Amino acid sequence: MENEFKLISGALVTLAVSASALVVLPYFQLQSVRPPEKLKDYSPDEAQGRQQYISEGCVYCHSQQPRDASQAPDAKRGWGRAPVPGDYYYDKPHLLGTMRTGPDLFNIGARQPSIDWQLGHLYQPRAYTPNSIMPGFPYLFELKAQAAEGDKVVTLPPAFAPAKGVIVAKPEAIRLAKYLLSLDHTYPIPDAAQAK
Amino acid sequence: MDTVTILLSSFILSVTGLFVFIWSLRRNLFERNAKGARTIFAAGEIGHVEDPGATQAGISALQRVVAHGGADNTQPDQGALRARLEADRSSAKPAFIFLCCAVVWLVLASFAGLTSSLKLHNPDWLTNTPWLTFGRIRTLHLNVVAYGWAPMASFGIAIWMLPRLLKTKLAGGRYAMLGAVLWNAALIAGLVCIGNGINDGMEWLEIPWQLGLFIVAGGAMIGLPLILTLHRRTEKHLYVSIWYMGAALFWFPILFVVAKFPGLHFGVEQATMNWWFGHNVLGLFYTPMALATTYYFLPKVLGRPIQSYNLSLLGFWALAFFYGQVGGHHLIGGPVPEWMVTLSIVQSVMMIVPVLAFTTNQFLTLRGVLAAIPHSPTLRFIALGGLMYTLSSIQGSFEALRSVNTITHFTHFTVAHAHLGLYGFVTMVMFGAIYFVMPRIMAWEWPYPRLIEWHFWLVVVGFAIYFVGLTIGGVLQGLAMVDATRPFMDSVTVTLPYLEARSVGGALMTAGHLVFAFHFAAMALRYGPKRTGSVILGNPFAA
Ligand code: HEM
Ligand code: HEM
Repeated sequence: MENEFKLISGALVTLAVSASALVVLPYFQLQSVRPPEKLKDYSPDEAQGRQQYISEGCVYCHSQQPRDASQAPDAKRGWGRAPVPGDYYYDKPHLLGTMRTGPDLFNIGARQPSIDWQLGHLYQPRAYTPNSIMPGFPYLFELKAQAAEGDKVVTLPPAFAPAKGVIVAKPEAIRLAKYLLSLDHTYPIPDAAQAK
Repeated sequence: MDTVTILLSSFILSVTGLFVFIWSLRRNLFERNAKGARTIFAAGEIGHVEDPGATQAGISALQRVVAHGGADNTQPDQGALRARLEADRSSAKPAFIFLCCAVVWLVLASFAGLTSSLKLHNPDWLTNTPWLTFGRIRTLHLNVVAYGWAPMASFGIAIWMLPRLLKTKLAGGRYAMLGAVLWNAALIAGLVCIGNGINDGMEWLEIPWQLGLFIVAGGAMIGLPLILTLHRRTEKHLYVSIWYMGAALFWFPILFVVAKFPGLHFGVEQATMNWWFGHNVLGLFYTPMALATTYYFLPKVLGRPIQSYNLSLLGFWALAFFYGQVGGHHLIGGPVPEWMVTLSIVQSVMMIVPVLAFTTNQFLTLRGVLAAIPHSPTLRFIALGGLMYTLSSIQGSFEALRSVNTITHFTHFTVAHAHLGLYGFVTMVMFGAIYFVMPRIMAWEWPYPRLIEWHFWLVVVGFAIYFVGLTIGGVLQGLAMVDATRPFMDSVTVTLPYLEARSVGGALMTAGHLVFAFHFAAMALRYGPKRTGSVILGNPFAA
């Protein structure tokens, strides 16, 4: 090859083909997607909790995209039905994830609907799942001599509770737990909503 | 017509277009000894090895292998060699700056990676410091390798190769240095943000877009010397390395701008865009940069042009075309349009075409001179890196098949593959190139040749443990996950010994990087025993 213009224009054409196939076409195809009727937008607390999920990097170990029963037994693990594009209508940025170092969380709010469980698990995962390799997030909690008015005290199994005082959840932890509880996509969806 | 027919026909049309285009560029596509391949040599230079990173004894041994014991009495054109020294001098300063940054990032990335690895099997270790939580330190590791080590090393080597390949002096080096300042400043700010929990929330795109603007501006300035130097070139033929570097330097800013454009992307569309970017930054940036490097240094060290050079034309355009469309293989089974995933799987398999073209080039060029490899530090790293390119890509093509991906997708198998590509291939090739380039930049020999051996064996053994361990662990994890009769926790506990193995391998790799960084620093300070330094640099053929 001796002509740099041919080189650069060829390179730009292949990139344009690539962008059309993977960005532009999906953009137009998915533009008209509407949220399923039963899907609620995040409340301000939940939205902030979602931001916390991003800050802590939960997405590097947890997916939010159960696979279809024809491909994998994700539904049998309680992770839920295969999602449709509309399920992600309010998700900005998307948090689909590509790792399952931990389980899928698309329906964690339905599987573990108790905020006490969520907070305790965020404080010390091994208090609830013995061999878990998830890190605890103690910096989202405070050790206090005693709880003050309005404090959210974390209930822990005795082996994991502090010797003196109580563990109180900071607002960040509470919002993160609220976001997790909002992850409930168990409502039914019409067949036609699947992306083809 | 339904979508499938439309897609199928546009697929066939575009592939046909691609081959017609390649045909239009061909000149004797299958000729064994293409003239273009010889443009990296001075007249009379073929048959003479060049390896500034080797010892005198190494160079003699190398020369013996390449000449098959026979003596070669042709003398290279001295004028051309002098011009090349001038070319090397013109790029020395900018290349040096990029490589220094690269080495610093390499060391930081290694510690971040090792910390992340240790944390996966010691989950209660260092949990009180927010920036050290797994999700953040792992992301710091990724961003330091992806925007620090790999691009800085690639840019440094590219800027150094440019004047040699175009047979002129580097133009616009100052813009590149300014670009490096911008880029690194934005990266540091981005890392501080990630450490503090501020990030844009998408894998490979965590650095806040406001800082991304500076990375794009920096990248554009780093690309300027390419255009300016092309303008004053005295070599008519554009060598294959120029195609790869040239295209990659144009591709990267476009990818980054589209991906970072605020407010444009939504829902699962954003996920398709995310992985369009994710795989293109691998396939259309790091990969071409490292291939450009391999295509230059492999034949240069051996004094032997690339064999079946014209195949590289096919390799280049096939890569440019197919690689751009594979991003959907990161979303197999996900809630994204089916046709897009299918298209990406098909193109992932089509990637075998360019990979085989490259592999044939490398195999034929090394054929009969494999015995040269131990004598040349550059050759060792680059020949191994090239082999890893072939392996990682073939592995990738299979990994993209639905049946395989169902097992491996969400597991550590992917992480092993990621390191086979970005470490086994890109990083190894960059090590090899740095061993060649630094003596030319500094006019100084590597002070402690034994350290090169140490570096090589530490990273090779470390990486072997890393890769094999994690691959096995990943498959076991995936098999446990698709077996509904086993609890999910099985898929966690089964990986533990392999995660520990990865830490052992990663610690060896990190130790290798420390050896390398120490040696690099000694070199940069012109420290250590002075041997024949000026001789090899003044007259590369003294041996
Ligand atoms: C023919 C060439 C290749 C194909 C078809 C291919 C295919 C794949 C596939 C199927 C995945 C797994 C996606 C998933 O299950 O989540 C993957 C991941 C990956 N590949 Fe490749 N690969 C190729 C070459 C390479 C090369 C040469 C590199 C390095 C330069 C590379 C770097 C990566 C990385 C870093 C990931 C992980 C991305 C992430 O999850 O963050 N691949 N590749
Ligand atoms: C310069 C050398 C290196 C490069 C280019 C590199 C590249 C990468 C890439 C691309 C990823 C993302 C993988 C994915 O998302 O699928 C990654 C993740 C990772 N790397 Fe490295 N790496 C390097 C060295 C190391 C070292 C020395 C270690 C030490 C053990 C290490 C440990 C890790 C860990 C633990 C992860 C996170 C995997 C996860 O999220 O589960 N890396 N690295």
